[in-house]
Amino acid sequence: MSLPDEVQSWIGQVRYEEATEFPVERGYIHTTCSSVENGNPLFWDDAVAAELTGGPIAPPTMISVWFRPHHWAPGRTVQAQPLQVHFDLKETLGLPEAVMSDNEIIFYEPVRPGDRLVTRQILHSVSEPKTTKLGTGRFWVIEVEYLNQDQELVAKEMYTGFGYKRGA
Amino acid sequence: MAVNLMAGQIEAGQKLEPLAYDVTATTVILGALASRDWRPMHHDRDFAINRNGTRDIFMNTPNLAAWFERYVTDWTGPRGRLGRMNFRMKDSIYPGEQMVFSGVVDKVETDDAGCTWASLSVDVSVGDRLCTSCAVRVAVPSDAADNPWQRKGDRWKP
Repeated sequence: MSLPDEVQSWIGQVRYEEATEFPVERGYIHTTCSSVENGNPLFWDDAVAAELTGGPIAPPTMISVWFRPHHWAPGRTVQAQPLQVHFDLKETLGLPEAVMSDNEIIFYEPVRPGDRLVTRQILHSVSEPKTTKLGTGRFWVIEVEYLNQDQELVAKEMYTGFGYKRGA
Repeated sequence: MAVNLMAGQIEAGQKLEPLAYDVTATTVILGALASRDWRPMHHDRDFAINRNGTRDIFMNTPNLAAWFERYVTDWTGPRGRLGRMNFRMKDSIYPGEQMVFSGVVDKVETDDAGCTWASLSVDVSVGDRLCTSCAVRVAVPSDAADNPWQRKGDRWKP
């Protein structure tokens, strides 16, 4: 089954470029460290952070946390979706369910409290239809780039998703 | 005691001490909300079962990434700096299960900028069921004077 022209036209294009809804902040850093019982002094002890990283930083693996939108915001009528390209693909290809099967993150400049990050989503590829134990659908690869307010690359992320119809 | 793993202390084949953790619904939901993941299959059991076809709510990937980071930096200490992580999700982790992280050093190398990298294979399993495997590239100090966090630009090649 060939890929719809609309989806074909997204490949390689920057589809969404958006700023995070709030600056990086320490409350979430501590909540995340607490959720996994991470006692790394870089995140809890300002003297260690000053010595090693020139001040506080966020755990590198929190990169995607900063761009997930609020569940609700005043005046918003349609709920924004993280990884919008992923949801666009589900909708346009008529695949109601989806899972992420592979995720690669590459870390560059540290993210610091107060940073305002910008993200860009680029669709890399969409597979031919495939059948797995979940159902029949397609795999796709989406790249997300993260930059800070100084236009420094802080991270790159590659997601492989599988959108499918159950039992189809 | 602060851990401060240095390049000379690691070699290929070395195993990391396993970490076992009993997962509850709180672990799953706290982790999902800490990572601002509001999707219902990480907090709504009815949705997870009837819409996703899974047997319960399950741990989300961004929070598992935070668990992998914690596991690796517990080993390196705060000077360890993550360069790259590749996750392969094979199965989900549910409340009531004990997840166990284990890891092995695959390779130790120094790049042309003088940065020492350890490549690790880290797995999280429940019993004999492998749930997620993670290939990790982490920088560790080459010597007492080296601090991977001070590397930028051409000196940082993750």
